[in-house]
Amino acid sequence: MATQVLMPALSPTMEEGTLAKWLVKEGDEVKSGQVMAEIETDKATMEFEAVDEGIIGKILIAEGTAGVKVNTPIAVLVEEGESADDLEASGPVQTDEEKQPEKPEGSDVKHMDQPVVTSPGASVPGKRDRSPDFPEGTPTKTMTVREALREAMAEELRGNENVFLMGEEVGEYQGAYKISQGLLDEFGPKRVVDTPITEHGFTGLAVGAAFGGLNPIVEFMTFNFAMQAIDQIINSAAKTLYMSGGQMGCPIVFRGPNGAAARVGAQHSQDYAAWYAAIPGLKVVMPYSAADAKGLLKQAIRDPNPVIFLENEILYGRSFEVPVLEDFTIPFGKARVWREGKDVTIVSFGIGMTYALEAADKLAEEGIEAEVIDLRTLRPIDYETVLESVRKTNRCVTVEEGFPVGSIGNHLSATIMQQAFDYLDAPVINLTGKDVPMPYAANLEKLALVTTAEVIDAVKSVCYR
Amino acid sequence: MAKNPADIPNVSKDELLGYYRDMLLIRRFEEKAGQLYGMGLIGGFCHLYIGQEAVVVGLEAAAKEGDKRVTSYRDHGHMLACGMSANGVMAELTGREGGYSKGKGGSMHMFSREKHFYGGHGIVGAQVPIGAGLAFADKYAGNDNVTFAYFGDGAANQGQVYETYNMAQLWDLPVIFVIENNQYAMGTSVKRSTKSPSYWERGVAYGIAGEAVDGMDVLAVKAAGQKAVEHCRAGKGPYILEMNTYRYRGHSMSDPAKYRTRDEVEKMRSEKDPIENVRELLVQGGHASDEELKAIDKDIKTVVNESAEFAKESPEPDVSELWTDIYA
Ligand SMILES: Cc1ncc(C[n+]2csc(CCOP(=O)(O)OP(=O)(O)O)c2C)c(N)n1
Ligand SMILES: [Mg+2]
Repeated sequence: MATQVLMPALSPTMEEGTLAKWLVKEGDEVKSGQVMAEIETDKATMEFEAVDEGIIGKILIAEGTAGVKVNTPIAVLVEEGESADDLEASGPVQTDEEKQPEKPEGSDVKHMDQPVVTSPGASVPGKRDRSPDFPEGTPTKTMTVREALREAMAEELRGNENVFLMGEEVGEYQGAYKISQGLLDEFGPKRVVDTPITEHGFTGLAVGAAFGGLNPIVEFMTFNFAMQAIDQIINSAAKTLYMSGGQMGCPIVFRGPNGAAARVGAQHSQDYAAWYAAIPGLKVVMPYSAADAKGLLKQAIRDPNPVIFLENEILYGRSFEVPVLEDFTIPFGKARVWREGKDVTIVSFGIGMTYALEAADKLAEEGIEAEVIDLRTLRPIDYETVLESVRKTNRCVTVEEGFPVGSIGNHLSATIMQQAFDYLDAPVINLTGKDVPMPYAANLEKLALVTTAEVIDAVKSVCYR
Repeated sequence: MAKNPADIPNVSKDELLGYYRDMLLIRRFEEKAGQLYGMGLIGGFCHLYIGQEAVVVGLEAAAKEGDKRVTSYRDHGHMLACGMSANGVMAELTGREGGYSKGKGGSMHMFSREKHFYGGHGIVGAQVPIGAGLAFADKYAGNDNVTFAYFGDGAANQGQVYETYNMAQLWDLPVIFVIENNQYAMGTSVKRSTKSPSYWERGVAYGIAGEAVDGMDVLAVKAAGQKAVEHCRAGKGPYILEMNTYRYRGHSMSDPAKYRTRDEVEKMRSEKDPIENVRELLVQGGHASDEELKAIDKDIKTVVNESAEFAKESPEPDVSELWTDIYA
């Protein structure tokens, strides 16, 4: 049966091309794979191969013709015995003609009425979980963030055979920051795996293990070194569920210290919160207190998605009250209001909370009552708690350690502007680390970081005081 | 290319016919994909596997149920060889609901838990540690499954490959690293990218056993695959197979392939074609008549044409799919 040979699309963007040269003539026999013509696309001259076997019955477009639209018939292939003339007499040739795929109907769907980010991982707009993290009257004990993280991992390792910890110095050395102290003794080398210094490799390996049904906890000695592995975190861990149409989840936790420690210079001092929070498919947690560290890490290990768990070296040694409960978890997307106030909302997370709370204490002495919100998770973000507070106080200051451009504060400001514009009595101020690589000198380092004094100043500024 | 009958390995007629059928399915499928691409039905990047069919078909013959595989973006052949349906693959190429990823992954990103196919990865080399991680999971579970981690000669220059070699050998992971050396990484020939004489030998530095294999000969591939699989199942750690093979088409559909001569391609096609090779064994050994082979050709054409029909008729994913599968 005769078939038409159509002008092919030879690049993702080609719409028309020049039929530069025919390498076959009418009457020639062609085999599949044989080059029939040279075609100039917008990018290059390409050889065009036959797919079907047959005889060139007729050439419809002469060589040298420019502007031939994709899918235009350029020749007719016939079988032995047939002739192109017969074909012309017998009307239109049977073709494999195709409709161009139509534009998806959703391509112009408007999302104007939705928050800046309509992340499915975000909290449900208009709904806020006000329940306490644990029942009133629960006994607590004083514990450092370090101990809380260790307890969280130990409990989850005990509870689920498929949970394992891997990273540099997590086992025999007992952890570079002693978070994993004692875990090798209790769980053995199968479940507490010391790795070579090979972030890109062991991150990819752990992602594969998660695809294969395990629940890895990957410790980065610090998140600065995770940059070596960021491709595996984002392209492999975060995106595969989507790219597989929901088949291939990646239940994994990436944890370790993030942000500035002290006097370790630019390469060892960076807060990645806003980077990871930008990625759909990831969940991002950044606890401040020991109770949150414990409850959120346990939750992270149980979450079926990749979770970035950002700790802080300076906070490791701080003590907080942690509930004594058999199984204490905190759901993601639930901010914590540390202090209620009517005059201004201060939103922070992680170590930023230190400055936010200190500033609030001092401001109270001057008669300014600040409401202080700890976001705790940055993906999902509890927008509702922030918005509700801003609608009450009409003023907002955000505090974080990361760089100013594309910060979490920027994102919150945009959301507040869109959702609570009429409530604002002053522009939102975003306090961040300075727009410089972290300096080493003690005086300069202090200047590069966000400070309690800056929070106080910013609050006074939005209160016009 | 006629072989001395004494050199012809002892294989059954059914086995040979199976290889013929499986390789031909890949070839015809890819040709059809190329055609649909030309018609604008497949978009973006589309990397065809034509010429390399013996590699996946030979290795699948050495695998058992439970074994896993993971590869790069040049993945259509791997999926068909491990038993994924032509319909599901083709419909993913056209970005339709009936595709393996509901149209959300495309040519480079497809998966099947059921067939233990773990992708389809678009980042050159990224699938290598992932493959070792799958093997890690099997070893952790204490079963005897192995993982085939396929990657190209170009990918073989990525640092993460060597990070993975090191860990795989350190932890005795049951992973077979399959280097599909098709001589080119896009437009860069092997000679222009390394002075190492061979890729598999780089594993020696990590203590990993391996060998080079004629990747155009499905029987040689199967034999090497069996050896590697045995090594892994016996708990002796990873194994490297460097498959010397060749891709007939451009790197992707939009590659004019000006970096090699037409003669070079023609020579490979006429002297080393893996399908012709098996066809000759079948005919020479009197195992199959021309009619029988023609019947197989016809069957395959039907399967492929049906897959194209399915891929055209399957609707585009519902717009609501934009927002699904981001979180489990
Ligand atoms: C990290 C990365 N760098 C570059 C590319 C672009 N790219 C895609 S395929 C390719 C060539 C890879 O060649 P090879 O590994 O030999 O595999 P083959 O295509 O021959 O199967 C390149 C450079 C990419 N996808 N990922
Ligand atoms: Mg290659």
